[in-house]
Amino acid sequence: MIDEGLRSELSKQGVFTTTVGELYNWGRKNSIWPLNFGLACCAIEMIAASMARFDISRFGSEVFRPSPRQADLMIVAGTVTKKMAPQVVRLYNQMPEPKYVIAMGACAISGGPFKQGYNVLKGIDRYLPVDVHIPGCPPRPEALLHALITLQEKIAGQKLTGPERAPHLQEEAPSEYPIPDYGAYDLDPPKNPDVWQPPVLARKD
Amino acid sequence: MRPDSAEPDLSALSTGDLVVESPAAVPAPPPPATSGFELTPKPATAPDADRGLLEVAIGPHHPSTHGVFRLNAVLDGERIVRFKPVFGYLHRNHEKIGENGTYLSAMPYTDRLDYFCSLSNNWAYALAVEKLAGLAVPERADYIRIITAELTRIQNHAALIGFLLQELGAMGTPLMYAFREREKILDLFEALTGARMMCNYLRFGGCRCDLPAGWLEECRRVVEGLPRFFDEFENLLSTNEILMARTQGIGVLPPELAVSAGVTGPMLRASGVNYDLRKVDRYGLYDRFEFRVPLGEHGDVYDRYMVRILEMRESAKILQQALREVPGGPIVDPKVKLRNFRPKAGEAYGRLESPKGELGFYLISDGSTNPYRYRIRPPSFINLTILEDMCQGLTLQDALVILGAVDIVMGEVDR
Repeated sequence: MIDEGLRSELSKQGVFTTTVGELYNWGRKNSIWPLNFGLACCAIEMIAASMARFDISRFGSEVFRPSPRQADLMIVAGTVTKKMAPQVVRLYNQMPEPKYVIAMGACAISGGPFKQGYNVLKGIDRYLPVDVHIPGCPPRPEALLHALITLQEKIAGQKLTGPERAPHLQEEAPSEYPIPDYGAYDLDPPKNPDVWQPPVLARKD
Repeated sequence: MRPDSAEPDLSALSTGDLVVESPAAVPAPPPPATSGFELTPKPATAPDADRGLLEVAIGPHHPSTHGVFRLNAVLDGERIVRFKPVFGYLHRNHEKIGENGTYLSAMPYTDRLDYFCSLSNNWAYALAVEKLAGLAVPERADYIRIITAELTRIQNHAALIGFLLQELGAMGTPLMYAFREREKILDLFEALTGARMMCNYLRFGGCRCDLPAGWLEECRRVVEGLPRFFDEFENLLSTNEILMARTQGIGVLPPELAVSAGVTGPMLRASGVNYDLRKVDRYGLYDRFEFRVPLGEHGDVYDRYMVRILEMRESAKILQQALREVPGGPIVDPKVKLRNFRPKAGEAYGRLESPKGELGFYLISDGSTNPYRYRIRPPSFINLTILEDMCQGLTLQDALVILGAVDIVMGEVDR
């Protein structure tokens, strides 16, 4: 690894230094192709973010792919119902590694205004490892852009070697997650305990 | 009604996996469970089981389905024999939530029904409650309602035409033009209500807040620019050769069928039926404004496109007239008490011409703070029921264009 002081000194002199890992992550983070996948109201703001005014292509993510096989990023934009949740997990499983998930909007992160409903999943993070959560109902396109920048920072910080390397480089890390069944009363299982655990209330005695 | 083609030669096909198995190979279905009612057994040989039909399921994740929605198509060669929509992937319990909360607490949920047109939905619900409770609306509030509803209609139709052209293969460009205008209108909504899409602006007997300073001037500026946008949009699209070839004569809906199926809105008017609730019901103050109701002649997809373009022009005319003479005065009836709001027992059906058709809310009150029954008549759901009849005998790519012209929003279809 190169010393940071030496590196900034070199860049002042017009010498650009980098590492293979940084170059690799720089390329990855600037070409995140999202899955063309809208669920509800938030999908309209997602489309608005890809239009001329907000222009998500400034961040290299304008290539919305219709097939999960070609996508790097799943933007869960909208309410996930219990009928739709198995298909969402299946789509995630079909995406190639490395893959990321943005949960966009109150419904996708917690069920939102429809949380009390009998048919609404209370957050897609019960089944999928979500990288960035965006609150809002619906979030503004700027919020989606901010989430994308946050994800880019996360990708830029991922290591390629060593024990803390990125999940897609670890052989034992799961690439697919179990698909819940649309059972008689509820989704079965109701959550994936490897991904999500209910919050524990710690009370002072 | 099926094409009278000869029996296809199955031996020539190499796609053995895709051919539907003949019913002889399928074991007999188990006897129905004794559940109190009897099921009619299916005929042992389905009439077209051995014709080599291909079943294709489109969706629930598909770029052409306008949301989470599945289409089960049965194809004979390339032609559609059966075409069944499957909904329920976005069922969000709107009606149950509406019955469990107070009257006012259902108002933000109406935003999320048809999430393109939140202000029209607000107005339809407010109309139903005002009818139920017998409330009057001040003149200024009615003007604001008309202005916001017509702006909503313009942005909905513009976005719909953009999506329709996307189905035709014009990836992005018409949609970019539509969203450019839509953003101007959303800026007005944001200045007025605080939210771009989920406005939650109307209240029973009026509106939530008055127009901010300078809003009317800004709105006039936007409305003055609209005819230029329509001309530009039409120059690009209306005489486009591909658009005309792909939409003229496709998906013809005869007026008798449209009326008997309960189709409303631009789809019904494209079939030549003169039925616009703004003229029929004259709710709000629509009888003060001069506008025409555009009608189609052929009832095909091109007519539906053209009716929407012309409706946007008429909406711009209504806006120009309304913006000229917005009166002063209160924006909400001061007698209305929103806290502990209890209309007397009874029922009411409030409806209006939303951009997609007749949007109605049916409420039964038992005198308590919650509605006893809260029922929505969603226009895009009822317009969708006619899909199979329009697609008979056409190819799959035509069917997706027809679906695009129906103008569905899944939040409203599944509720």
